[in-house]
Amino acid sequence: MSETFNVNLDEYKYGFSVPENYAFKARKGLDEDIVREISWMKKEPEWMTAYRLRGYRHFMERPMPRWGGRGMLGGIDFSDIYYYIKPTDAEKAFESWDDVPEDIKNTFDRLGIPEAEQKFLSGVGAQYESEVIYHSIIEDLEKKGVLFLDMDAGLREYPDLVKEYFTTVIPPEDNKFAALNTAVWSGGSFIYVPPGVHIDLPLQAYFRINAQNMGQFERTLIIVDEGAYVHYVEGCTAPTYSTNSLHSAVVEIIVKEGARCRYSTIQNWSHNVYNLVTKRAQAYRNATMEWVDGNLGSKLTMKYPAVWLMEEGAHGEVLSIAFAGKNQVQDAGGKMVHAAPNTSSVITSKSISKGGGRTTYRGLVKVAPNAENSKSNVVCDALILDEESASDTFPYIEIENQNVSIGHEASVSKVSEEQLFYLMSRGIPEDQAANMIVSGFIEPIVKELPMEYALEMNRLIEMEMEGSVG
Amino acid sequence: MTSSLLIKDLQVSVDNKLILKGLNLEVKQGEIHAIMGPNGSGKSTMAYALAGHPKYEVEGGEVWMDGINLLELAPDERAKMGLFLAFQYPTAIPGISMANFLRTAVNAVKSDSSNGNGKKGIPIVQFRKILNEKMDLLKIDKSFARRYLNEGFSGGEKKRAEILQLALLEPKFAILDETDSGLDIDALKVVSEGVNALVGPDRGFIVITHYQRILNYIKPHFVHVMYDGQVVESGGPELATRLEVTGYDELVKEKAK
Repeated sequence: MSETFNVNLDEYKYGFSVPENYAFKARKGLDEDIVREISWMKKEPEWMTAYRLRGYRHFMERPMPRWGGRGMLGGIDFSDIYYYIKPTDAEKAFESWDDVPEDIKNTFDRLGIPEAEQKFLSGVGAQYESEVIYHSIIEDLEKKGVLFLDMDAGLREYPDLVKEYFTTVIPPEDNKFAALNTAVWSGGSFIYVPPGVHIDLPLQAYFRINAQNMGQFERTLIIVDEGAYVHYVEGCTAPTYSTNSLHSAVVEIIVKEGARCRYSTIQNWSHNVYNLVTKRAQAYRNATMEWVDGNLGSKLTMKYPAVWLMEEGAHGEVLSIAFAGKNQVQDAGGKMVHAAPNTSSVITSKSISKGGGRTTYRGLVKVAPNAENSKSNVVCDALILDEESASDTFPYIEIENQNVSIGHEASVSKVSEEQLFYLMSRGIPEDQAANMIVSGFIEPIVKELPMEYALEMNRLIEMEMEGSVG
Repeated sequence: MTSSLLIKDLQVSVDNKLILKGLNLEVKQGEIHAIMGPNGSGKSTMAYALAGHPKYEVEGGEVWMDGINLLELAPDERAKMGLFLAFQYPTAIPGISMANFLRTAVNAVKSDSSNGNGKKGIPIVQFRKILNEKMDLLKIDKSFARRYLNEGFSGGEKKRAEILQLALLEPKFAILDETDSGLDIDALKVVSEGVNALVGPDRGFIVITHYQRILNYIKPHFVHVMYDGQVVESGGPELATRLEVTGYDELVKEKAK
């Protein structure tokens, strides 16, 4: 086995697919008609159709980013993608797994979602292709006024609330892929946590692509009202195909005064998925926003979760883990924009590359002229497992106020011969020893995850590490 | 049956420089051998080469244990055979707790893949109990188990951690590479007591030291002097005492005659 050396695609545990049996599949490619058709099928209000068209036009005009993709972005053929697939003819997400069509339910069973839901979650959303097919929240939270719906249902049932916040954090013209998402978005989560409500167990959304050449464009909007708390977790996987798929999500979060939001991602797309995601939060007075961002899968990921610190006392954190194996590029990091005095931020990034994989830390710390006494600290560590692999660091810093404290540390290391030898001299085989060193390296971030996800993260890293040495 | 560790004509180079130039030594289970010698005589090279460090190139010779030439095995396989090296400078591995590391090591060394339950290893409750006993023995604070492996350990803590590993892995042969270096007298006492508690008919020791001091606490049956990559003199405990008086120079001059 170890001769196959790298993460080869066969080792990806979630690479299975099931036969296509869809209620509706738009033709391949993108034009204005498809955008209008999606909006029409969803019976959306006109203002949403207008946003979609704005997004579409900007997407068409905006050139491809020239940075970040290491030349891989050119490999996306936008005319060879299905932009909308409706898996069932149901009008809305099912609230019981028993009602979910058999093949789809089996897929989520294999991914362990219903089991996790029973054990340690407050609510679950499960998206298959373009639509959320299952959604539920524990009754207790519903009574407290917590809204946890798929985004389409959110728009149908709470149009005013959606209209108030939609695109206020990430405008349609923000970047090429946010524009694309605005044009063709479907699914995603809509969450509202009323003032003072503390949700103890996480809410989870799981995103699954099944079809070949699929584009998945979920849109998530989270509003955490004053003094409230929520932890939202997302996971994602796809089958392994020889052709490419595209995942381009937009996540907007508003964290109001004294509230706290934690958003954890374990991204484990198959290695044929372009993962180009825009995530941004606005944190108001004394609010805290935390992104825990684990990127293991995909062909190319470009993702920089951002926090805009809008009012005094706001705090932002990004904990980022990236793992790049053979033919993978993980271009990840975080952005902190200090737009008010006495705001603070921390970015901690750990990346691992092996088998020719490339990791990049790309981050921005921006301090506005009025942001007196702001503090920011950035630490990025890269671990490189072999000679073929590499890592880069691009820490952008824009400071317009002199009275601030900004720290930046970066390190690049290799798994040392001494560490391997030490563990091996205690009877631990080389591959297991390398695993231990890697899991020790990411431990500071993994320990921030809920137990179940920490175990999952360690297990995934172990799988990626298989055959990495020798 | 009593095993022995038999080193025959061992030649080892580091960075293309020959350091061990035909080393011969036999250690039986139940015996304590002290290896003394001046700096640069090849004492630590012997320790690393026996444990299988990849930087130490074996140019010739054999090392036999239980009918197997250890030099043909990877370091982890040597450990499973029952060889243990207490490092002079243990490496820190951040993010891995002592408890996790120790349990992984114990399971690796003691799991027997032929009995079918090797994968599961020792139950965690039982492991905790054994770990606590051994930590008491070495006067190690319980909080130690939660700390990251060797990270931020003081010199004394590192050495105690090595002996703790020795106690848990229960090897047939243990090499202590300058375990006394960097220890004050109190720490040396604790460590030596720990080692003495592990001395027995099932275990052979090679105690590498520059000074005679540790041999006041750990009583060797045999003392060997290394010089320029070879054992140049062997004797009983009295040899160590003699060296303390005369020094290495005297002995080496004598040999050169």
